[in-house]
Amino acid sequence: MTIDEIKNVILEIIQDIDDEADLDNLDPTEALRDQLDLDSMDFLDIVMELRKRYQIQIPEADYPHLATLDSCVNYLVPRLKAA
Amino acid sequence: MLHKSINGAGNRYNVVVIGSGLGGLTSANRLAKSGHSVLLLEHHHQLGGLATWFKRRGHIFDVSLHGFPHGMVKTCRKYWNRAIMDSIVQLKNIVFDNPQFSLTTTFDRQDFTSILINKFKISPVTINAFFNTVAAMNFYDDQSMSTRDLFEKFFPGRDDVHRLLMEPITYANGSTLEDPAITYGIVFSNFMNKGVFTFKGGTDHLIGMMTEELIRNGVTICKNSKVDRIVTEKGKVHGVLVGDRFIESDSVVSNSGILNTIYDLAGKDVFPAEFLDKVKTVRVNTSSCQVYIGIKKEEIIDDIGDLLFVSTAEKFSSDELLDLHTRSRTFSLYYPKTRPGHNRYTVVASMNGRFDDWIRLNQIKYEAEKQDMIERTLVDLERYIPGVREKIDWLEAATPKTIHRYTLHTKGTSFGTKFEGLDISRSIFKAVPGLFHVGSVGIIMSGWLGAINYGVIVANDVDGYVRAL
Repeated sequence: MTIDEIKNVILEIIQDIDDEADLDNLDPTEALRDQLDLDSMDFLDIVMELRKRYQIQIPEADYPHLATLDSCVNYLVPRLKAA
Repeated sequence: MLHKSINGAGNRYNVVVIGSGLGGLTSANRLAKSGHSVLLLEHHHQLGGLATWFKRRGHIFDVSLHGFPHGMVKTCRKYWNRAIMDSIVQLKNIVFDNPQFSLTTTFDRQDFTSILINKFKISPVTINAFFNTVAAMNFYDDQSMSTRDLFEKFFPGRDDVHRLLMEPITYANGSTLEDPAITYGIVFSNFMNKGVFTFKGGTDHLIGMMTEELIRNGVTICKNSKVDRIVTEKGKVHGVLVGDRFIESDSVVSNSGILNTIYDLAGKDVFPAEFLDKVKTVRVNTSSCQVYIGIKKEEIIDDIGDLLFVSTAEKFSSDELLDLHTRSRTFSLYYPKTRPGHNRYTVVASMNGRFDDWIRLNQIKYEAEKQDMIERTLVDLERYIPGVREKIDWLEAATPKTIHRYTLHTKGTSFGTKFEGLDISRSIFKAVPGLFHVGSVGIIMSGWLGAINYGVIVANDVDGYVRAL
């Protein structure tokens, strides 16, 4: 997957979790949590959805990598290369 | 599919869920929705665990529907469905009445702030600092500070303030002033966010809607099916035994008590010694007593509030609340608005209690203590609803023994375990691969919202395990 494809997947999953989330004005370098009112349960939903779609296992220790949109993408690029 | 016995179960599943409390139901739903084959087994003839109800002479009594935080709205939308979410309504009149103060509140940060300023004369700076401290608490934070320390830090010597802050949470999750402050702060903050909420339609309606959703998502449900044993092979979960039926599964989620799961279902032989050493330190939490009061069909009672925290004890103490003869109780009022169409009034009084106090009584003494508890409850209720005795056509009491009979929980606990149980529950699958636990543990993973959210957290662990096989 390309960087843009991965970015779109993340945004799509977030939109599924919260259909009222304002994704157009998202700053990719700022914490998703602060901009979108996401809580720790929402991040768990993202992890479970990524596992379902791409069989990717994200250990709890790696959850901090999911903090911003950019850090999500950077973390996922090598892991979703073949997807 | 919903079956009345184990005969409806197939031979093999990705996941077997033992027990249908809110945690078990939610794990089952989440895992089925995520594409796994799921079998849900319940020993009782009714689903819901402690989220339960019973019918007597036209009355429907809710056992644990007393009020939950607003977080339930988002949780139900994401992990159940919109119809369930749309049934959530606010309980606006929360009443406190004790020798130290009497007040009515919406039980949220804004209202509590103004009460603490105006009635208790606490400075806004202190109140703000207190709220910010508890709101920032996480379960992985330092747990050396007790709730008593926390209260003394912000409101030294003010046992009236301590009572206002602590009493409702003691009823909500059985915690005491000696428990880690984080267990208090997390639960209290959840409530203070927006107040107290309930389900319009009652527990039966909620569990009915959840059952429909489970069936839609393909979960096989068998009631009257008590699991005798979790079967392991080469140290990993292999399936379950229900009577003479063996059902193979990749994983088991036990929504039984954590100690029941380890000692009775899996058996201690399958766990490493160092894990068992940690298990030995787990204290089960306390239990509850209730008195169920049904009002005659033609009678009405005035609106005296939705949830009343009442006490005639001069001062608050965790021990007084647990005493066999406690003078402190909550009244949950169910007006016709609770179940539109079923126009009846019921009142449920809840008290905390110790299993050991009730189990040591002989049958005659046990029945006598139950009658005394009903009588003390009526004396209290008459202060708020004068003449209520004449309006009642059903009275019944439940004790920790009753809770034990229906839930099978070790020592009839209605609040799971103390804090140390959380780590055991969270790490059990590292001791026995494929074995997971969901249910009230660690004080914070209890109550309706805690149980459902914990069901989601555990479902994520199970999903990770099964997909990696």
